Amino acid sequence: MKIIVCVKQVPDTNEVKIDPKTGTLIREGVPSIMNNDDANALEAALKIKDAEPSTHITMVTMGPPQADVMLREGLAMGADEAVLVSDRLVAGSDTWATSNCISAAIKKIGDYDLILAGRQAIDGDTAQVGPQIAEKLGLPQVTYVEDLEIEGDKLTVKRALEDGYEMIEVKLPCLLTAIKELNEPRYMSVPGIFSAYKKDITVWGAADLELSADIVGLDASPTNVYRSFTPEPKGKGKMIDGDTPAELVSGLLSELKAKHLV
Amino acid sequence: MTFQLTKEQELLRTMVRKFAETEVEPIAAEIDQTGEFPKENVEKMKKLGLLSIPFPTEWHGAGGDNVSYAIAVEELSRVCGTTGVICSAHTSLCAWPIYHFGTDEQKKKYLVPLLNGEKLGAFGLTEPNAGTDAAGQQTKAVKDGDSWILNGSKIFITNGGMADTFVVMAMTDKSKGTRGISAFIVESSYEGFSIGKKEDKMGIRASATTELIFENCRIPAENLLGVEGKGFKVAMTTLDGGRIGIAAQALGIAQGALDKTVAYLDQRKQFGMKLKKMQALQFEIADMKTRVEAARLLVYSAAWKKETGQPYSVDAAMAKLFASETAMHVTTKAVQLHGGYGYTKDYPVERMMRDAKITEIYEGTSEVQKMVIAGSVLR
Ligand SMILES: Cc1cc2nc3c(=O)[nH]c(=O)nc-3n(C[C@H](O)[C@H](O)[C@H](O)COP(=O)(O)OP(=O)(O)OC[C@H]3O[C@@H](n4cnc5c(N)ncnc54)[C@H](O)[C@@H]3O)c2cc1C
Repeated sequence: MKIIVCVKQVPDTNEVKIDPKTGTLIREGVPSIMNNDDANALEAALKIKDAEPSTHITMVTMGPPQADVMLREGLAMGADEAVLVSDRLVAGSDTWATSNCISAAIKKIGDYDLILAGRQAIDGDTAQVGPQIAEKLGLPQVTYVEDLEIEGDKLTVKRALEDGYEMIEVKLPCLLTAIKELNEPRYMSVPGIFSAYKKDITVWGAADLELSADIVGLDASPTNVYRSFTPEPKGKGKMIDGDTPAELVSGLLSELKAKHLV
Repeated sequence: MTFQLTKEQELLRTMVRKFAETEVEPIAAEIDQTGEFPKENVEKMKKLGLLSIPFPTEWHGAGGDNVSYAIAVEELSRVCGTTGVICSAHTSLCAWPIYHFGTDEQKKKYLVPLLNGEKLGAFGLTEPNAGTDAAGQQTKAVKDGDSWILNGSKIFITNGGMADTFVVMAMTDKSKGTRGISAFIVESSYEGFSIGKKEDKMGIRASATTELIFENCRIPAENLLGVEGKGFKVAMTTLDGGRIGIAAQALGIAQGALDKTVAYLDQRKQFGMKLKKMQALQFEIADMKTRVEAARLLVYSAAWKKETGQPYSVDAAMAKLFASETAMHVTTKAVQLHGGYGYTKDYPVERMMRDAKITEIYEGTSEVQKMVIAGSVLR
């Protein structure tokens, strides 16, 4: 089985601090990591490989040259190969332009049975790139995957919904997007780390994928970011005490009245 | 000259730190209290290759280098001194002498399982009456046909009771003094071999420090490690490398205590301000940080010399001497800067201060390191 995993390098939001004076994010010195959901996607591929060692895993990412470190990390976890699409021309791409770029890279890789991506990237939270890639490649897709089983060329997938789940059967080739409930990503292994740097990472520019400025990059992107801001931190919730349901309800009502909400 | 870690070394630090903070730190206080060997984590470490770092892949090693190994011990010790020494004793004191002095047959039989995650290793030199004066070995090995028969005992053996494979020194010809000592590979399952008392220690309380007892323990002749009568050399060369591991352990403990103290000063308020605003305490932190960095340079430089095939025994001695004294100094200051809270088990610096002390004692006391260093200067 040949698996392609889409991964993205993102700032580690756990390490992002907020400037107390300006209220903006301090990105400086913030380490970059593999996007969390993407690590779950990679882990799902690695689990398939654990069970069937002939499985071949190729990671693909669009990003700056520094994304190399994240790809090495994926190799050290056990992926076989990595492709980095890096070009000034693709910089500033929104989800539409990004999925143009990545689907072009996947077409160039050509041979695959399954594509795995994370649900969404923690720096953008759109959850659009995975589904768009599937559309552009004409593949069936299942999003929000929290469990999956493979039998021949048939996948049985548990798809998380807000208030439950769906069980979906889908045929290979297809694209799945992973959520964190799917698995616990493994650590890099020490031998993996030392062999990761012995491997070559394939680097493609826009020209290699015959991408032009009308489908990738900032100018081609239909989305314009109008303003970005740090959301106001939510206040602490208030617990209402009371021994009986009646007491709790009257406690709640008096809180709501005090705030003129009822 | 360059002071830059390689990309592999950086990535390894990321990986070990994540492992240490996720798997090791949460149980560090508990195993310190119970003294229970962290078996599950050791199994995880074996699987991840953390017990096989500086050995080539042809022997199922991780294919890493000695600086990476030092970084790994440092990062483990940063959250738990016990876990750091388990890795160090296995790697430096058991796998390394078999790798360096062993025959291909011995490597196949003993090194491979030590590196592929099957087995854990230990090293037995110290005896009740042969501590710093390790040449005074009383454990005897007598040749009997195609085997050796061992009698005697060892004390204070790290990973004792948990290890499968031991490198053990014994006297094969008392008349020859240090040239009458030989090294052997002993399997825990051999008849006549048993584990004695487990020590109840001040620090690194979960590392399983025990006696080894040999009562007519029969060892196949092919388990002689190196040349008969050259066992003292095996032991001393092994300890030269081991000291880099212990220096790295000390460095990690010091760094861990510094990190905890920096966080504490940012949180604790007195006189209406955070402690970190007080210059007297800022200066303490400056001093702690400088010592830790100096220790780090000595440790990495000794490891790098070993890696690049240069003489490193004096460097290892200096690294261990300085890093262990740094660990003691920094952890003591860390407790001081935590005030009364630092003296309780609610904060990890209390454990770190107890863990730090051993680094000045084992694999050659500070006095022994000074003998080595002075001996190299005053010829
Ligand atoms: C927790 C722990 C784990 C250990 N793990 C191992 C292990 O895995 N394998 C192993 O073989 N050993 C191990 N040891 C043993 C350790 O290496 C010895 O304890 C150490 O070498 C000191 O020997 P000693 O305890 O007999 O002290 P002694 O030799 O009795 O020393 C007592 C004091 O006298 C000083 N001293 C002795 N001789 C001189 C001298 N000539 N000049 C100046 N000062 C001197 C020493 O520095 C020390 O301060 C371990 C010990 C402990 C406590």
